[in-house]
Amino acid sequence: MTFRQTIGQRTHLFRDLKDLMAKATPLRSGDQLAGIAATSAEEMVAARMTLADQPLKLFLSEPLVPYETDEVTRLILDRHDAAAFAPIAHFTVGGFRDWLLSEAATTERLAAIAPGVTPEMAAAVSKVMRNQDLIAVARKCRVVTRFRNTIGLPGTMAVRLQPNHPTDDARGIAASIADGLLHGTGDATIGINPASDSLPVLGDLLKLLDELIARFDIPTQGCVLTHVTSSIQLIERGAPVDLVFQSIAGTQDANTSFGIDLAVLQEGLEAGRSLKRGTLGDNVMYFETGQGSALSAGAHHGVDQQTLEARAYAVARAYEPLLVNTVVGFIGPEYLYDGKQIIRAGLEDHFCGKLMGVPLGCDVCYTNHAEADQDDMDTLLTLLGAAGVTYIMGVPGADDVMLNYQSTSFHDQLYIRDVLGLKRAPEFETWLQAQGITGLDGRLLPQGGAPLLAHLTGLAA
Amino acid sequence: MSRGIWQQLAALTPARIGLGRTGSAQTTAETLRFALAHATARDAVHTPFDADKVASDIAALGLATLVADSAADSRQTYLLRPDLGRRLSAEARDRLAAAAAAPIDLALVVGDGLSSSAVHAHASAMVSALLPHIRREGWSLGPVVVARQARVALGDEVGEILNARLVLVLIGERPGLSSPDSLGLYLTHAPRQGRNDGERNCISNIHGAGLSPDIAAFKAAWLMREALARRLTGVALKDESDRTLEAAERPFTLQRPG
Repeated sequence: MTFRQTIGQRTHLFRDLKDLMAKATPLRSGDQLAGIAATSAEEMVAARMTLADQPLKLFLSEPLVPYETDEVTRLILDRHDAAAFAPIAHFTVGGFRDWLLSEAATTERLAAIAPGVTPEMAAAVSKVMRNQDLIAVARKCRVVTRFRNTIGLPGTMAVRLQPNHPTDDARGIAASIADGLLHGTGDATIGINPASDSLPVLGDLLKLLDELIARFDIPTQGCVLTHVTSSIQLIERGAPVDLVFQSIAGTQDANTSFGIDLAVLQEGLEAGRSLKRGTLGDNVMYFETGQGSALSAGAHHGVDQQTLEARAYAVARAYEPLLVNTVVGFIGPEYLYDGKQIIRAGLEDHFCGKLMGVPLGCDVCYTNHAEADQDDMDTLLTLLGAAGVTYIMGVPGADDVMLNYQSTSFHDQLYIRDVLGLKRAPEFETWLQAQGITGLDGRLLPQGGAPLLAHLTGLAA
Repeated sequence: MSRGIWQQLAALTPARIGLGRTGSAQTTAETLRFALAHATARDAVHTPFDADKVASDIAALGLATLVADSAADSRQTYLLRPDLGRRLSAEARDRLAAAAAAPIDLALVVGDGLSSSAVHAHASAMVSALLPHIRREGWSLGPVVVARQARVALGDEVGEILNARLVLVLIGERPGLSSPDSLGLYLTHAPRQGRNDGERNCISNIHGAGLSPDIAAFKAAWLMREALARRLTGVALKDESDRTLEAAERPFTLQRPG
């Protein structure tokens, strides 16, 4: 099926639906690298005008990645919830945008349609939305998940405490955890990216987190962000695994490059739940994603990177995750060139995830070979805070000394709480007050958390 | 008292902990210290790679070397076109093919990656640390390929041309604020173009404050032995070298006070 749009004397032709989607996408280096981006500003707007007129139903009959050869497409279409889709089934892409922004699209109605929204529909509508639209609609979406606390309640934003160390040194990690907890972070998870993929090392890190959480009765969950097959093996060996982590992507071939398929994610989910370690809920999965991962693996099928990113959220939601975050600027300038592209992508990812009913957080970040800096991160953080982002990262001084990139700092999350009045997960907020780390207003107390600090200093000694 | 504790804790990690704050913000001094580190890392990305010097350092270890270019002809092209950094230039491919002889056990590739300063600082020490393991195992080597504007997957093409059972790529990792000179090792069994990252094993963070070349060589040798025995690399091969390493280190641990 081809599409055409005439503007003045010129007619723009679009080969098929994926070509139309790619050309309608705000400019980014990854789509240019793939050779699928619009080649003029007018062509981009012509594509958006054409896309706005397409019925949402079209995405159910015209898969962008072949159904026969891609299990992610099969997941999306076979598990599509037609009843949830019914109230929006008559919309075009443009009509869907208008409805999303209207008063009729309440938090309750948005939650009800979420299982009927495919990633391609979410991506399509996002392409005809400005940044403020992405913020305004995402802010109305509500996704709540539970393990040992409650994440995603209105007016809250959680933080993953990310205490990475270049050689997984337990004392160095404990020192970073101490600093993070005393800044009031860690309600999303205390999540370590290990440098090693050695099972004995991973097992020791899990024990460190388990003992700390148990000893201080911290209403949070630990995570060692290793491959799902390692977590399954660790669970078999009796290790205390709270959350099962995996990086995922939006096509079967890209997932193959990560060494996974849907079956192994199901195994991970079942292994995680078998331990019954959650006290408030059994959302045991933690996923990370990022635009460009499929292209990076040579597995993009000519589909634009933002649409493929939304497809990764369809993978995520099948496993009822506690946490999902885009690591938006991590992949590098060949996919998102500068601050402008990273900011746009962060808002798109957050919007698409929330619209699909996924608890989307964001690693607001960049690398040193991208044209971006901390000012760009301040901007994206502020916009995502306004959009109701589920959680962000808390990295000491914003400098991840293991993964070699810059994210948001313990200070940054204090800033956004101050400016927007955002609270933590309620159970964690109560715990921080009981520890004397924060006051009743949620602000840090001077010299707070002495017993915790003394214990962690002991661990670090 | 608090200040003293934080000084102790900060000594345990290169992470930026115990920074203090003014209101919710970082202090002026910390903000500027961060800005300087970012400026240094930005500059490190663009430091020109001295491939000839690296090759002559490696040649001094008694190894044959070959300097090669990827298909990316400039730093700008390299940053925007990773596909070109994963392929050899036509000229380099021809020269490598001419140098290929009988099948070998291991191809070594040294690539600049995103930090030529990491390769300048650590590559020859890393090769030197690998050599005793390679000699003990009796593994045959081809010429060490020193590649400009290289990505990890360039090793696949090199390994394929050299008819190698394994390729080990030593490459500059994306520079961080605290470690602009971090080296990574990527091991791939049966290298050929089109291998994906799930088929590799990685040892990262080799730099002054990270992993030492000796420890990294020990881990790499363990992985290479396992890879040859099991005929695979990647997610199916878990690094359990630490068990051996811990056993080897035990006498030293006992001598530590406390």
